[in-house]
Amino acid sequence: MEFKDIKANLKKDFTGFKKVKVALLADSSTQYLAQAIRGMGYEKKLDIEVWEADYDSIDLTISDAASELYSFKPDFTFVFLSSHKLKKKFYKSGSNPHFADDTLAYLKNVTATVSSHIKTNFLVFNFPDALDPVFGHYSGKVTASFNYQVKKLNLELMHWAQNEASVSLIDLCGLQAMYGSANSIDSRMYLGSDSIFSLDFTIVVATNCVQVIEAFTGFSKKCLILDLDNTLWGGIIGDDGLENIQIGDLGIGKAFTEIQLWAKALKERGIILAVCSKNDEANAKEPFEKHPDMVLRPDDIAVFVANWSNKHDNIKYIQSVLNIGFDSMVFLDDNAFERNMVRTYLPEVTVPELPDDPADYVANLNSLNLFETNAYTEEDKERTQLYKAEALRNTASLTYTSEADFLKSLDMVSEVKEFDAFTIPRVSQLTQRSNQFNLRTKRYTEQDIKHMAEDHKKHHTFSFTLSDKYGAHGLIGVIILEKKDAHTLFIDTWIMSCRVLKRGMEQFMLNEITQYAKKHKFEKLTGEYLETKKNGMVKDHYKNMGFTEKGEQWQLDVTAYKPAACFIKNSNTHE
Amino acid sequence: MNQNEILAECNKIFIDQLDNPSIVLKRETTAADIDEWDSLNHIQIIVAIEKRFKIRFTSSEIQNFKSVGDMCDAIAKKVTA
Repeated sequence: MEFKDIKANLKKDFTGFKKVKVALLADSSTQYLAQAIRGMGYEKKLDIEVWEADYDSIDLTISDAASELYSFKPDFTFVFLSSHKLKKKFYKSGSNPHFADDTLAYLKNVTATVSSHIKTNFLVFNFPDALDPVFGHYSGKVTASFNYQVKKLNLELMHWAQNEASVSLIDLCGLQAMYGSANSIDSRMYLGSDSIFSLDFTIVVATNCVQVIEAFTGFSKKCLILDLDNTLWGGIIGDDGLENIQIGDLGIGKAFTEIQLWAKALKERGIILAVCSKNDEANAKEPFEKHPDMVLRPDDIAVFVANWSNKHDNIKYIQSVLNIGFDSMVFLDDNAFERNMVRTYLPEVTVPELPDDPADYVANLNSLNLFETNAYTEEDKERTQLYKAEALRNTASLTYTSEADFLKSLDMVSEVKEFDAFTIPRVSQLTQRSNQFNLRTKRYTEQDIKHMAEDHKKHHTFSFTLSDKYGAHGLIGVIILEKKDAHTLFIDTWIMSCRVLKRGMEQFMLNEITQYAKKHKFEKLTGEYLETKKNGMVKDHYKNMGFTEKGEQWQLDVTAYKPAACFIKNSNTHE
Repeated sequence: MNQNEILAECNKIFIDQLDNPSIVLKRETTAADIDEWDSLNHIQIIVAIEKRFKIRFTSSEIQNFKSVGDMCDAIAKKVTA
């Protein structure tokens, strides 16, 4: 994209796009960046309204309680201190050896001041690296060098973000390393208009900012589907045989090892891996089982499809097994024909172009930043195992004649508790990512969730896990009750992971919350269904659960409620 | 490339970047004559011209362009140099 395309986007129709409010606090001119963020938002179906503070007036803006920033109430606040200004301050300070600490303290003060007025997610830019202009290589040995202070500051920013849920970072340093500082900085623009970035790099930065916003607004990729021949290894397994495919530490094999390492690391982060290949299944599986240099092993792949059918049909099958949206899938294939077929039949699946030369695969994929995320939980690491256990359950269910017998045989146990420090990240993640079994689709950050968990006057929270004899599903259900008045509990959030559908989990959850309601003398539970494109499956949820319709809302008389039958035991109830 | 050809190329770039097909540049044309030609768009035009002619203006050149003619002269100097 060029800047004129960004501008053209600004004139287009944003109707129906998700609205997001973004504020820019910067010490340089951000007009181009503001336009680029809104323009790139169009590409992602986001209607991003950008508010810019007056030029170089961060302190003035945040100290004014009547500031437009506070009435604007941004969902996201970018804090961008330019490295040009930073350098100037450093040398003016007489090469202060505590410069990084002081700058961090300043940034903390900025976010704390803003937070005392409004709730917002801070996206703080880190700082580009460069050779030290004064000490050269020796800067590594001198704490009073700019190079040392910048690198220290970048590390301290990460520590800060790790401990402060409302703060996340924009990795400007990484972006500039990828793009090259000669291409990213236009000193003439800095001299002329006090903008830092070249126009092309402005678009790169804006793209990254929008990807991060997208991850926050509940959109992220969940699954990587891999072709095999000439994608995961060099050569064709069916023709060349196990000994002759290219993988390992020699020549072109190295490129494929790199791509497998990348896929494996994604899997460890919680991305589900699937294989979709035109091959005989036995041939296709052989390298995973027997080749000494393969990084990926059979256990790493949640769904393995190798046959001679169309890839789009196979991807549909993979989608049905995993029960996730097509728009959360990425398909990797070296063959342009296959890529185009999948793009044609399944336009929602992301199908990146791959360069002709495998040597360029990984660098190219890295530059696309396909798997942006705003959360990482313990459960993510186990996800592939979860889906594999699910496949076992599905097979077992076929051997029982009645559903009740099958459910009984599972020995299901659920742990029910209020949100705590351990569960808050996962709860937030569920509110961000669950699209289907989600009654009101309210997206909450970790910070939001923490507030509600602690605010006992207004809320009561429930997290639910589920495990059975095949393994643990982890935390799969969330209910947030809002205490409307002494008699009424409003179901602000009811979310359940689709991987525990048809286990009676909904009934169990309702039993638990009505029990809580009775114990605390509430009489009514109220709830509502807010329709989205994806939550059609719970359209009749409250009706099915025995609620009665009252205008826009649904109501349940707690005093008359009799617990529904279900085969799940509460882990706290010893029988 | 002579002055007329350079002017014609610049005209194409202005039309493309400002998304206004009715722009007709003369050497005397200034920012005041074209609505969309503000300081923000100026940078965009400069960058597009630099890419098209594979040249690079200095910051003082950029600041001192008073008219399209100034621009064309600077381009001509760099293209023939």
